[in-house]
Amino acid sequence: MRKDLKLSLFKSMLRIRMVEEKLASLYSEQEMRCPMHLCIGQEAIAVGVSHALTKEDKVFSNHRAHGHYLAKGGDLLAMIAELYGRDIGCCGGRGGSMHMIDQSVGFMGSTPIVGGTVPLAVGSAWASKLMNDSLVTIVYFGDGCFEEGVLHESMNFAALHHLPVLFVCENNDFSVYTKLELRQPKRPIYKIAEAHSIRSQKADGNDIELVYKISSDAVAEIRNGSGPQFLEFSAYRWREHCGPDFDDHLNYRTHEEVEVGKKACPVARYQEQLLKNGDLTDQMINEISEKIEVEINQVLEKAKAARLPTLQDAMSHQYA
Amino acid sequence: MREISYIEAIREALDQSMVKDNRVILIGEGVPDPKNIFDSTNGLQEKFGTHRVFDMPLSENGMTGVCIGAAIRGLRPVLVHQRVDFALLSLDQIINNAAKWHYMFNGKASVPMVIRMVIGRGWGQGPQHSQSYQAMFAQVPGLKVLMPATAHDAKGMLIAAIKDNNPVIFIEHRWVHHIIDHVPEDFYEIELGIARIIKKGSDISIAAFSYMVLEVLIAAKALEKFLGISIEVIDMRTARPLDTETVATSVRKTKYLIVADTAYAFGSIASELIASVVHECFDVLKKAPIKICSPDFPTPSSPGMTKDYYPTPKTIIKAVITLLDVNIDDEKLEKLMASVESKNLHDIPNRDFKGPF
Repeated sequence: MRKDLKLSLFKSMLRIRMVEEKLASLYSEQEMRCPMHLCIGQEAIAVGVSHALTKEDKVFSNHRAHGHYLAKGGDLLAMIAELYGRDIGCCGGRGGSMHMIDQSVGFMGSTPIVGGTVPLAVGSAWASKLMNDSLVTIVYFGDGCFEEGVLHESMNFAALHHLPVLFVCENNDFSVYTKLELRQPKRPIYKIAEAHSIRSQKADGNDIELVYKISSDAVAEIRNGSGPQFLEFSAYRWREHCGPDFDDHLNYRTHEEVEVGKKACPVARYQEQLLKNGDLTDQMINEISEKIEVEINQVLEKAKAARLPTLQDAMSHQYA
Repeated sequence: MREISYIEAIREALDQSMVKDNRVILIGEGVPDPKNIFDSTNGLQEKFGTHRVFDMPLSENGMTGVCIGAAIRGLRPVLVHQRVDFALLSLDQIINNAAKWHYMFNGKASVPMVIRMVIGRGWGQGPQHSQSYQAMFAQVPGLKVLMPATAHDAKGMLIAAIKDNNPVIFIEHRWVHHIIDHVPEDFYEIELGIARIIKKGSDISIAAFSYMVLEVLIAAKALEKFLGISIEVIDMRTARPLDTETVATSVRKTKYLIVADTAYAFGSIASELIASVVHECFDVLKKAPIKICSPDFPTPSSPGMTKDYYPTPKTIIKAVITLLDVNIDDEKLEKLMASVESKNLHDIPNRDFKGPF
């Protein structure tokens, strides 16, 4: 793998991590007044998949969308301003954390109804096929979404019409506090997708280069007319389902399990790997981090300084 | 002017819209099958090809989402459900996505799509094949809900719906499908959200939705003939936007209001219309308006039970007599009622009114 690509993967993951850590640290100020689902610990999937895409390729996402949005190139100021409910937010303050959009980079929208955007992504791929534009559409969802009927309806149609869509399942083993084993029988998720005659694979979602490689191959094949594909990546959600904190005190998962999850940190793991093979130095890490820190602080300042919209603003765009 | 049926008008609107705009695609369970959605999609796949006219898996919710996704990307899907009851499976996608996408993303995207839903009554359709949920859809901001009663309006409103940049619910009553009307051959639009005074009158205003317009017209004709009552009949045409102004203007003239709807009475669009008009015209109304709807329990299947379940022209006549305190002797009333007695069985489409309007 080229060095610039490796560094780009690393920087993109670190940036998402640092943005979310900053959001978590500021959340208790009660100025970001919306539910927020952090993807800390799950960055490699969004970054690996996004690096396999062109800017024009389309992405749909779910409630835990910050990583997907930023990795695809979504505007940071529009995102943070949205969390602060400001008029320059990506939805003008109408959506909050669970509604990210930046169509200029192909990020078509994220919404929090589980499974809600999966058929939209298939519809986008259908449009691509009918308009013959050779774009690939990606949709991210979790293991919980796999229990929604609409996912299977969507896979059925995608397979039937041979649509250019990549289904990306981030399996973090939890739906809120409920473990996978309490929700699904013991069988591999990706095998069910395969039964829809969709080419499917499962891989370690903390191995950024692996995620990138598998996604690149899948996206290239889809672009060449392979029809839909399905990737299941393992992941671990470090923090609470919704909110900035850790929730170990709730005891729905063991301390040991959380420790194992955190040890698999995709950012630390890749940093170590790059340091070891000489692609990265401590000085470079410092420079990269500092640059990101400056960017985040500047963006935060701008976002907070922006106008808080009023009910008057809320009345526009009721109909197109 | 040329006369064609409502269903032919729908087909023509689809055909002409697809000719005019190659972004329009048509999909639904049975669209290209031998029955062609009550003959409303005949020959369209042959004409426009399998890349524009599609049959559909039995995935109402998923396919609604697929159409929304295609609409966001620039296509203009028309999705068809043979029964409104099937569309209930897609409420998540309709309400959470289609209706909100434009608003929640601050106008950055829109969902130009039409969802045809067929409502109906009769022939043992029973509890899950004969519902009317215009009020439920009309309650959702972001949706437009159309209920054309005439073939002329069906064509013009379907064309307008397809050209509209919003999700539009297009509700057709099966019992108007065969009714003929004067329908221009041109590609024309009818502005959405404007009711139409279908018969002028001075003694009482009756606003009706969809098929109920026909029943009201039958009743109005008989009341005029037997009692000289002049009824202003308003075809509401849309449930959202709801044209309360046209009704209020009529009521300011007549001072009386009846609203006839195809749905259950409770929480109906008739209730909403009455509430709005009462608010506007409280001081001119001589009596409380009357609402004519289906009873507030599910539709049974047996003809024994449906015989008196649905409102008929007789129900409307009774309401007018009550509201206007008409003095009428029993013999005359019997004759009046007999004049609107359907010659058909009660559970097949009313052929007493064939059109045109």
